[in-house]
Amino acid sequence: MDLLRFATAGSVDDGKSTLIGRLLYDSKSIFTDQLESIERTSRAMGSDYTELALLTDGLRAEREQGITIDVAYRYFATAKRKFIVADTPGHIQYTRNMVTGASTADMAIMLVDARKGLQEQSRRHAFLVSLLKVPHLVLAINKMDLVAWSQDVFEDIRHDFVEFAAKLDIPDLTVIPLSALTGDNVVSRSENMPWYQGTSLMTHLENVYIASDRNLVDGRFPVQYVIRPHSNRFPDYRGYAGKIAGGVMRIGDEVVVLPSGLPSRIASIESASGPVNEAFAPMSVVVRLEDDIDISRGDMICRPHNQPKVSQDIDAMICWMSEEPLRPGQKLVVKHTTRRARALVKDVQYELDINTLHRNEQAEELKLNSIGRVRLRTTIPLLADEYHRNRETGGFILIDEHSLRTVGAGMILSV
Amino acid sequence: MTPKDRPKRRLTQLEVLESEAIFIIREVVAETDNPAMLFSGGKDSMVMLHLAVKAFAPGSVPFSLLHVDTGHNFPEVLEFRDRCVGKYLLNLVVASVQDALDRGIVHQEPNGSRNRIQTPVLLETAQKNGFTALLGGARRDEEKARAKERVFSFRDEFGQWDPKNQRPELWSIFNAEVHQGESIRVFPLSNWTELDVWDYIRQEGIDLPSIYYAHEREVFERGGMLFAANEFCRPKNDEPTSVQKVRYRTVGDATLTAAVRSDADTVDKVVAEIATTRITERGATRGDDRVGAAAMEDRKKEGYF
Repeated sequence: MDLLRFATAGSVDDGKSTLIGRLLYDSKSIFTDQLESIERTSRAMGSDYTELALLTDGLRAEREQGITIDVAYRYFATAKRKFIVADTPGHIQYTRNMVTGASTADMAIMLVDARKGLQEQSRRHAFLVSLLKVPHLVLAINKMDLVAWSQDVFEDIRHDFVEFAAKLDIPDLTVIPLSALTGDNVVSRSENMPWYQGTSLMTHLENVYIASDRNLVDGRFPVQYVIRPHSNRFPDYRGYAGKIAGGVMRIGDEVVVLPSGLPSRIASIESASGPVNEAFAPMSVVVRLEDDIDISRGDMICRPHNQPKVSQDIDAMICWMSEEPLRPGQKLVVKHTTRRARALVKDVQYELDINTLHRNEQAEELKLNSIGRVRLRTTIPLLADEYHRNRETGGFILIDEHSLRTVGAGMILSV
Repeated sequence: MTPKDRPKRRLTQLEVLESEAIFIIREVVAETDNPAMLFSGGKDSMVMLHLAVKAFAPGSVPFSLLHVDTGHNFPEVLEFRDRCVGKYLLNLVVASVQDALDRGIVHQEPNGSRNRIQTPVLLETAQKNGFTALLGGARRDEEKARAKERVFSFRDEFGQWDPKNQRPELWSIFNAEVHQGESIRVFPLSNWTELDVWDYIRQEGIDLPSIYYAHEREVFERGGMLFAANEFCRPKNDEPTSVQKVRYRTVGDATLTAAVRSDADTVDKVVAEIATTRITERGATRGDDRVGAAAMEDRKKEGYF
């Protein structure tokens, strides 16, 4: 059984919680005591029916105010796959939350209310899915029961979206008409929409092909930790622990260690279940080299003819997540792979209007929840790929030096 | 494992979760000064220890274990805990609730529960030992407040969790930076479900305390749950006891942790049972979570695990 991570996006009242509730319920992932608990709370709130939304509203403030504050993670499994759902709230801090949820997602499900069609928010969500390079997108046109299962309504919304999405980078789009409330096309094919030839949402979730989404071409091994037991049994042992961020590593492979540039060969690979001849992303392994060279956390092992850029000048799209705006001259901590550096903000090149995709080149700062292209200068070089080639070696976070909070997410454009 | 065995180089869900958890455990050791791992001898603890051993092999586990001992223990679990510590040559720090009661640092709650008073004892012990990061086995599928908690969960100088003010967590880049006095709780099993834990226990052949498997025990019913009749938990006059075949789904304070009726006396049978159960492990067995919908959220804000 394999694992699929997906994020959900949508506006308030478009039925997102109902859809997640139904996926959990129909895959028998809601437990009796959870159901009883939300039934009790629903009654206490004066509601006539069970609010499936309460399954995802976990915190007291959320229940009291009927809003969702933070990304919640849900789990369910069918006979074919295990699923991790990042449920991202639609209104409060939507950019920060969606970027967070989408950063690890294989797929995004975007809900649109069939009665309302594409909204400003739908365009924003689609843009963020594209910016974060989520490989698969499902546009779920919900509440089809309220538009008399109309094929025309479906086709109009689909047409609008495909036209808009042409400006974005969305490699795989699937459009599904459904009703989360009645369950049509959620788990089984709808009898009310015989004109729809595609699969149900659940069938799509179970079968979408994700194995080729990982980068198995560019070998990237960020060294996380050096294992040196200094024990009687292993007096000279020196192994490099880490999670493979791209490509395949084999015993005997010629490698080069960055940033030093020193060459060596892979002598052995230890996986979580013992020694192996080859390992690939995203396995956590321990690699030993034939030569004794000085390697520490933050270095990267890669192939001589396929290396990331080694640079202190980074151009990136930044999603800013702090109340205090990002401004040129500001100093921040950057965490990229297992490497930590300090960075100086050289220039805000433009701010992107995420509704129109218009570039505002007059922008001098990035405010909370805005996105723009920024140039950074780092104290030590980063070993970086463009984000569109590899999410693991192309993404970074920014940390405020004083509050130590995470204040930004960056996607490398060029180095 | 040769290329032939894996034509498409795919990993199972357990391999992905294992790889992620090992990465997180190593990240804690690399990024924090003095981490420790919360360890009760329960099943999640045992999975955590197994992963920690793998993460640093052939070296030894580079941190201490910390057990918050309520004094209300199942003897099988304590004995098992000590056997593990000996086997892997680990350093075990025990935070004793009984000792804190004796010193007058905390006071027993009227209902006899020691659940809430574990928190100050945990915080005091962590501070005394200078632990800046605590690894725990909590999972997001356990409870609604946990579903929203980060893998690296920031705690202020009072050990408190502020759910509305969490650090965004992107890709697999974790922010472990704290000021003096603040700390981080880290949950490598965040994305595991109870079934994943049991599947992994079966796959890896991990030893567990015997009380996780079906056995005969003298129990009585209270509030719809089955409690063992023992020195910590005595039945009242209107609570008749009987010998039943039961097992435990979670292991905590013996006054609060209930058993479930079960015939599952092997790991295969437990996996089959979990796969079909319709009640969450906390709902079935934890008196402490029945206090109210926000019970866990409130305890976490105060600094609970």
